[in-house]
Amino acid sequence: MERVPIVKIGRTLFVSIQIDLEDESVVRLQEDLADALTATHANGVIIDITAMEIVDSFIGRMLTMIGSISRLFDAETVIVGMRPAVAITLTELGLSLRGVRTALNAEKGLALLNGSA
Amino acid sequence: MDVYGGQTPMAAYLREHHDKVVGRWCELAVTDVRGRISPAEMRHELDDLYSLLLRVMSQEDEDAPGELRAALDELSRSRAVNGFTPSETALCVFSVKDAVYELVADSAELVPEFLAFSRMVDNLGLRTFETYSAIREQIISNQTTAMLELSTPVVRLWDGIIAVPLVGTLDSARTQLVMEKLLDTLLATGAEHAVIDITGVPTVDTEVAQHLLKTVSAARLLGAQCTICGIRPQVAQTIVALGIEFGDIATKANLADALALALTQAGLKVVPA
Repeated sequence: MERVPIVKIGRTLFVSIQIDLEDESVVRLQEDLADALTATHANGVIIDITAMEIVDSFIGRMLTMIGSISRLFDAETVIVGMRPAVAITLTELGLSLRGVRTALNAEKGLALLNGSA
Repeated sequence: MDVYGGQTPMAAYLREHHDKVVGRWCELAVTDVRGRISPAEMRHELDDLYSLLLRVMSQEDEDAPGELRAALDELSRSRAVNGFTPSETALCVFSVKDAVYELVADSAELVPEFLAFSRMVDNLGLRTFETYSAIREQIISNQTTAMLELSTPVVRLWDGIIAVPLVGTLDSARTQLVMEKLLDTLLATGAEHAVIDITGVPTVDTEVAQHLLKTVSAARLLGAQCTICGIRPQVAQTIVALGIEFGDIATKANLADALALALTQAGLKVVPA
């Protein structure tokens, strides 16, 4: 099972998903992120999914759950770099990722977090 | 090929009276044309067709049936493009029977052969009908594609603000295209605000509303904010009557208001010069 690295930049945790996620990896990422949030007192999480070409309902729900978990640590989640095809798929699946903010790219996501902090 | 077989006396006779038959055929066929093609053009077409018909009947070469079919297809195609109905095209082909019958009615030995000739012309007429519908379908599908391409522009209103003016009825296929184009443009331009102008959408029912909501939430997933504007009074009444909820999606009366909102959200202000 591949693990997704979590990088801390300032008070932001940066997660770049470069692999086709398996369900196990997503669950693992969720756990790692919760641990990292406790350890680092970060106030923002950026999840970059530019490289992600396929999402299913499970991964969509997990992204929402990561958002909810982060909020418990008073950290805001921004999902950045979603591809149009992925956005259409998620919408068709009826997943609008409530409670998670979105931005076009990592730069804008970072600006969003800093602007709202 | 026994349909065409054994007709050499008939073929010879018809060849002899080539001009007379073609002339009469034109007279009969031209009455339905109503000026959509010129009589000279028609005569030329029918002359070619008749020559091929004779070649098929006399069985002098093997290419003739193929050439006749190609000529019929071409005739059918040009008629379809010029707005003839399929019946008119088929009747035009069938009228050669009248022209020939007038000629052979007096000679007793040719009448039995006329039956076979008639059957052959019937087949040809039916073929034009088939070709006609195939060509019409092709024209329709071409037009549909052209309309889809025409009807979904995405325009840039300002730095970071794009607009989609929708004109005409929205169906699933079109909404899909609009959605894809909007998302691609968001990605390409890095815009953060999108305005969907539905001034030109005549009716909004639950299905169209559903499509619009999907487009907005897909754009949101890319990090863009969407405003819907240009809802007409009747459309607004329908939306309320149907109980459609636009939720937290911003709606504005017209494009100007929507642009003003987008500018405000982008932190821009328009001041007098």
